[in-house]
Amino acid sequence: MTEYAIRARGISKRFGDLTAVDHLDMEVESGRIFGFLGPNGSGKTTTIRMLCGLLTPSDGDVEVLGLKVPEQAEQLRQRIGYMTQKFSLYTDLSTRENLRFMADIYGLDRRDRWRRIDEVLAQFTLTDLRDRRLDAMSGGQRQRVALAAATLHRPTLLFLDEPTSAVDPENRRDFWEKLFDLSEAGTTILVSTHYMDEAERCHRLAILERGQVRRNDAPDALMQALDGRVIEVNGPGLRQLRQHLMAQPEVVSAAQQGSSLRVLLGEPVAAPLDYLRGQLNDPAQQPRATRPNLEDVFMAATSGERAA
Amino acid sequence: MSALTRIAAVSRKEFLQLSRDRMSFGMIIMIPLVQLLLFGYAINSVVRHVPIAVVDLSGSAAARVITEQVRVTQVVDIVSRFDTPQEAEAAVIAGEVRAALVFPRDLARRVAAGDTVGQWLVDASDTMVSSALLSLRTMPLKLDAAAPAAAYTASPPTFEVSLFFNPERRSAVNIVPGLTAIVLTMTMILFTALALVRERELGNMELLITTPIHPIELMVAKLVPYILVGLVQVAIILGLGRVVFDVPFLGGLGTLALATLVFIAASLTLGLLISTIARTQLQAMQLTIFILLPSILLSGFMFPYDAMPVAAQYIAEAFPATHFVRLVRGVVLRGAETGQLAGDMLWLGGFTLVMLLVATARFHKRLD
Repeated sequence: MTEYAIRARGISKRFGDLTAVDHLDMEVESGRIFGFLGPNGSGKTTTIRMLCGLLTPSDGDVEVLGLKVPEQAEQLRQRIGYMTQKFSLYTDLSTRENLRFMADIYGLDRRDRWRRIDEVLAQFTLTDLRDRRLDAMSGGQRQRVALAAATLHRPTLLFLDEPTSAVDPENRRDFWEKLFDLSEAGTTILVSTHYMDEAERCHRLAILERGQVRRNDAPDALMQALDGRVIEVNGPGLRQLRQHLMAQPEVVSAAQQGSSLRVLLGEPVAAPLDYLRGQLNDPAQQPRATRPNLEDVFMAATSGERAA
Repeated sequence: MSALTRIAAVSRKEFLQLSRDRMSFGMIIMIPLVQLLLFGYAINSVVRHVPIAVVDLSGSAAARVITEQVRVTQVVDIVSRFDTPQEAEAAVIAGEVRAALVFPRDLARRVAAGDTVGQWLVDASDTMVSSALLSLRTMPLKLDAAAPAAAYTASPPTFEVSLFFNPERRSAVNIVPGLTAIVLTMTMILFTALALVRERELGNMELLITTPIHPIELMVAKLVPYILVGLVQVAIILGLGRVVFDVPFLGGLGTLALATLVFIAASLTLGLLISTIARTQLQAMQLTIFILLPSILLSGFMFPYDAMPVAAQYIAEAFPATHFVRLVRGVVLRGAETGQLAGDMLWLGGFTLVMLLVATARFHKRLD
């Protein structure tokens, strides 16, 4: 039987007239990395805040690690780690001072405390930075400190809200290696992002738009579902072609990538390649079917009615 | 032209931002209003209605007549009567009255001889109050009801005046201890007012509230470091006051420490409450000033409490600084002991408790 770290049923959050999260259902399997992919304002942060009890849902039920949230949120605190979107450690303190602070707040055993701090320092390659103040660190270094702080008390569930928004691609890759280490050790991770490469690394992915889940599956499955619907066109006159295609109801998106135009067609189109051939405006244009990527999935998921 | 456009653009933006910050906007209206009311109505540098005690050792009709004539000057209010000068002195030390008027046993003989009729025992630590009482020293008396025209003017002055605690009437003696109240109000409230708001502004708060920390733990923890800061400040002011301005220190260190601790605690918790109300550090600062102004003006630090109208005195009682000005002057200048000052200390203690509970109740580990 599958164990779920998070179950949410029909949760909504309204701020006055604005509905930030709209009847959202989700389940996160224990020990997996679950991704939230969505544009800014799609309700990722609000959902995470509801899941860890910082916001009270306007509707719906949340159960996290078998506890009712927000009613039993206090019992949950010790078992979750949370990395906020905005960097939230003390930048005028050093790595060790920050970690010591978090260790004491989480009530780590006095003898265990320094051993555990040394452990996470090594785990996140922070040993050389242990006495440096955070305001003298790069974005990538700070994120490692933040992850170290969030995992210091050995939480079984980790919420990461856009953890790598201030991190360069190389550091982002290292960061994800650390996440897989944690996942391997049994930690469930919920991570929100708007980076496709990051989203693709998740075991399972929910695509959010305007507070609703548009897709929810493994990244591979999501991409496979679009097989055959992504056409690349090479040749001249791509700007005009794009303009023409964007006006067609069958076309979900058309975006130029270098010297080719990537076109995503909607589901009702039976023979995408043939359909597109009929739309070309220059004999030199060469269409060919190509492997869908996550951006295509994202476009298909978030283009609303056009995707139909 | 383009310079004007740019200036107009920035000014317009400032107005827009100001109009969106409701609290700053309110302060623009409230600060002149409150100041105007305080200075125009509550602050009174002409001292009247100083609370005094009367000790009549003669039991004579003359004493009653003189007492009545002193009363109608309105400079003093007779709030109590004692049988012995010792009891009156204790009341002065405890701060219950600012002065005592003592009539000697041989009052009748003195009146007949045209001699000095009585003695004022005055708490001279506040020079404005002592000046007002000194003005009574040569007041003319009318002692013969049948011959009102024959005014009594003794060739020695009407009253003898003994100035206690500050015989040279130096204002520094009164200002320095009172200053501790003002400095502590300023720094203690501001420190804690900013404490929570800063964490919220910098984003630390969102992390902190996902940890197991309990609101009351957070509140208490925010106070403790500043208690030490406050004690250091008091030590600096009173130490320098002693060395540089020769301010006497008559009371016990223990009493002073106790009074200071309850006042620091009261100010810090008031700051915490501000911290739960203000959304930005600017707002916290404005609210602090909003409390600081009446604390300076109404506490008795600059203008005698006794000279204020009764309504202003009631308002003044709400501010911790008023109680501490009384306490610190009592301990430092008059050597009052803990027992004599219990009322103000208990008030500050109660204030602390209430503020702490209100601040804790207002602080939610939620973002909505």
